[in-house]
Amino acid sequence: MNALDTAVTIYVPRDSTALALGADQVAAAIVQQAAQRGISIKLVRNGSRGMFWLEPLVEVATAAGRIAYGPVEADDVAALFDAGFLSGGQHGSALGLVEEIPYLKQQERLTFARVGITDPLSLPDYLAHEGYAGLRRALTMPSAALVQEVLDSGLRGRGGAAFPTGIKWKTVAATVAAQKYIVCNADEGDSGTFSDRMVMEDDPFMLIEGMTIAALAVGATRGYIYVRSEYPHAIAALNHAIATANSANYLGDNILGSASSFYLEVRKGAGAYICGEETALLESLEGKRGVVRAKPPLPAIEGLFGQPTVINNVISLASVPIILARGAAFYKNYGMGRSLGTLPMQLAGNIRRGGLVEKAFGVTLRELLQDFGGGTASGKPIRAVQVGGPLGPYLPPSLFDTKLDYEAMAAVGGMLGHGGIVVFDDSVDMAKQARYAMEFCAVESCGKCTPCRIGSTRGVEVIDKIVAGQPQQIKLLRDLCDTMVNGSLCAMGSMTPLPVLSALDHFPEDFGKGELGQAA
Amino acid sequence: MKMQIEASVPQAVPSDPSVDLNQVRSIIQEFKMLPGAMLPVLHAIQDALGYVPPSVVPLIADELNLSRAEVHGVISFYHHFRQQPAGRHIVQICRAEACQAVGADALVAHAKAALGCDFHGTSSDGQFTLEPVYCLGQCACGPNMQIDDDLHARVSSDKFNRLLRAKRGVQ
Repeated sequence: MNALDTAVTIYVPRDSTALALGADQVAAAIVQQAAQRGISIKLVRNGSRGMFWLEPLVEVATAAGRIAYGPVEADDVAALFDAGFLSGGQHGSALGLVEEIPYLKQQERLTFARVGITDPLSLPDYLAHEGYAGLRRALTMPSAALVQEVLDSGLRGRGGAAFPTGIKWKTVAATVAAQKYIVCNADEGDSGTFSDRMVMEDDPFMLIEGMTIAALAVGATRGYIYVRSEYPHAIAALNHAIATANSANYLGDNILGSASSFYLEVRKGAGAYICGEETALLESLEGKRGVVRAKPPLPAIEGLFGQPTVINNVISLASVPIILARGAAFYKNYGMGRSLGTLPMQLAGNIRRGGLVEKAFGVTLRELLQDFGGGTASGKPIRAVQVGGPLGPYLPPSLFDTKLDYEAMAAVGGMLGHGGIVVFDDSVDMAKQARYAMEFCAVESCGKCTPCRIGSTRGVEVIDKIVAGQPQQIKLLRDLCDTMVNGSLCAMGSMTPLPVLSALDHFPEDFGKGELGQAA
Repeated sequence: MKMQIEASVPQAVPSDPSVDLNQVRSIIQEFKMLPGAMLPVLHAIQDALGYVPPSVVPLIADELNLSRAEVHGVISFYHHFRQQPAGRHIVQICRAEACQAVGADALVAHAKAALGCDFHGTSSDGQFTLEPVYCLGQCACGPNMQIDDDLHARVSSDKFNRLLRAKRGVQ
């Protein structure tokens, strides 16, 4: 006991980006050095703060607050001990109080309030940081009031389609059925996005709590989290947290002594981008090929196994606990216009300070790219950014003053999607990016509708011809895109033309240089 | 009744593996009661055998009361499921946009040259199967790759060589 009382708490993230940069080796080196020096420490594997250029980011708890060091490599650890980092000593990697780092201080973290602070797998830690306050309040409310609270918050689907979450819930609540389902879409396949992954790895109880509240609101008793197979760390964290929640009666029979029960399970995807489309995801959960369904019927009426189903993105569901804990009015006080609350945005690609930035809607692209991101990692000028994943358009610097809200982005032909921003410097070949968009669609199309299945392959061929010196093929490419936009069953086929046409419209000089054939 | 046959699980590069159908049967029994059991069953088979051999398709079809065509259709739809054994290690390199922006194409070209195979191919020594992956969710620190279960960020050509050497056990 005595040793623990005086032990210094050291935090080394367990987030998979930190792991990919050597966090486990750093943690092992810290334990080994402490033992060697006879120093008693308490090592906590926290989530990541989302400042990925600083990972692995080691924090030490001091009387003044948590002091950060980063990026730390295993080889640096002995020097950190020599420098007295356990009491906040100076070292080349010292960053001062972590909360005072401007990148973090200037954010408005509601959904990510706990992320990086707590041990993601510790239920006591979660409870000590406002965890399950939302569920406790929800258990005192009639289900219709729960739906109303989410409607009033203005929360819109954070997966990309931005459909009001409360309306989905209301439809499911109003549909009579013996069995209803809550399905979490955790098939985060968009390049440049990792906010779902961070929630699942770094604060899994928040997602579980959000799904439990959704179940109370609509009268569902079973839930599934469909996680892509590329996220093994997220799957492990969720399974661990679900087992803990079950044994503490936050899941299972008669939750916290109430009349409501909710059984939650993780299902692993199998590497199909299209399964991020909600109806394809439901097919996959049922054990079939991930082929898109025609709508109607809406999943809210005939969803999983033909039953009424709430299907929401991770961030949508993870936003619910704070809406219930603090009230709809608190949440909708953030944001602008019809985009209310906050959006966890992700700075990715060729960016100096990449990571997670949660801000109220209304921040401009330029603020994110310059003030937070610090420009490109390569030091060259930014030439284009792709916002909203592989189906989002490429935007040139002339549009960087656009505010990030659903309507303002749509007004410039863009989309906010899941909040991923991929940065390219001036070495990018935009014809190659356009070709890749078509190629990706050809690889990932579910094959149900012709414009997407065949159009994507023809698109690759037509772009190759344009680049090989047949500019007259541009008209054909535009025609093909028109067919895909208007004739496809889902967003995969109808939005693949967005990156293609935006590249053509904003960067026409890249089409016709004749070097693409061999590059591809 | 579960049979104890772990010792016979082929881990490496069996060119003509004799698949233990009893083991597959017990895996199917374990998961078949789940609603929508197909993906959990296929994952468990691939985790145990390294791939989903064509010879198990009739078994799955029979147990799940589906046609063989339906089972084959599911297996072939998903990139994750492989129908032939892979090399000893699986090397996945992200080809998606965020990694492209920081040199993924050059890393892919280097990997293909270093391993002497294309995507979905295996190096001639049977050590490494090269696969593309569309996003590993580490997009602020690309280019990214994964060797078996281990993620690696900011992978240069040199780092790629180092990581593969370590996997081969040659320093």
